[in-house]
Amino acid sequence: MTETVNNQALFRYVLALGDDALILGQRLSEWCSAGPFLEEDLALANVALDYLGRARMFFEYAARVEGGGRTEDDLAFGRTVREYHNHLLYELPRGDFAFTMARQLVVDLYNVEYLSALSNSRDETLAAIAARCLKESQYHLRRSREWVVRLGDGTDESHSRVQKAFDELWGYTHELFKPDKNEQALTEIGVAVDCCEIREKWNRQFDAILAEATLERPDDGWAIDGGRKGIHTEAFCSLLAELQYMQRAYPGLEW
Amino acid sequence: MNKVEQSMKTVDHMPLFEVFIRSRRGLDHKHVGSLHANSSEQALEYARDCYTRRSEGGSIWVVRSSDIVASQEEDASSFHDPMDDKPYRHAAHYVLPDAISNM
Repeated sequence: MTETVNNQALFRYVLALGDDALILGQRLSEWCSAGPFLEEDLALANVALDYLGRARMFFEYAARVEGGGRTEDDLAFGRTVREYHNHLLYELPRGDFAFTMARQLVVDLYNVEYLSALSNSRDETLAAIAARCLKESQYHLRRSREWVVRLGDGTDESHSRVQKAFDELWGYTHELFKPDKNEQALTEIGVAVDCCEIREKWNRQFDAILAEATLERPDDGWAIDGGRKGIHTEAFCSLLAELQYMQRAYPGLEW
Repeated sequence: MNKVEQSMKTVDHMPLFEVFIRSRRGLDHKHVGSLHANSSEQALEYARDCYTRRSEGGSIWVVRSSDIVASQEEDASSFHDPMDDKPYRHAAHYVLPDAISNM
């Protein structure tokens, strides 16, 4: 890397990517032992683990960039609510199985495009992490795509549940395509991904899957953001309380 | 209905699949277990998630359990017993040349 990259900016960017992965991984892990049947329970827990692994890679790198002595664990467990910068979509309660799969489809489609782009980053570490995660996301997409089609083109109840899920989460998807100033600056020097650029491709694929699932694309209109600024939904606090409980109760505890 | 009953009811509607995995090129696919899935494509994905997370395999086969035709206990006398008194069908008396080490 050239020294034109501001370390603080890079730290914030990598940290936010780690937060996205950590928070979604935590949400998905709530399905462990509560899945609809054994095989799906295991498969979903595997996806959750992929995200936690992803979070570790980003946090480990963020800690290195920061160079202030904080570890990946400090970053994952030692911050307060406002210091987390994940997109709001990831922290929404897991809902029913249809909601979880609807969110996964949105996220998996997004991540396949995002990570493909990030694997061309000028930052070699980010490019390497992205290349690794891309393979996982391609597999996740296979799953969520199939489930959304199965539920959408299934019974009246499964159809209405997954349609409701998309209607509910739609307002949170716009934030994924809205870069903050920090990201924009890093995009200009070829480090970060231009998330506006992947929107069109995302739209096309999303619409095709929705059509196959006989679902309606929700209306645009209400849109919310704030995650990248550390402004969260109410549900985030209880998620964080559970996530951090062990390290708060026994600081520095190791397995 | 408790949770376990509910979950069993879910899989009642799903066919059972047998899973075979080949750990390395050149070896045979070995039966590793079974699982429930809604389609053969889904069965393949669940097989990946349930049986190969620790890189056990390079190739997976799934087949509907109902498509397997199996010999039955009552077939044993006509299928297997006649072989018992034909030791010459085994290679037991054949002495391996020294150069062959992997048999």
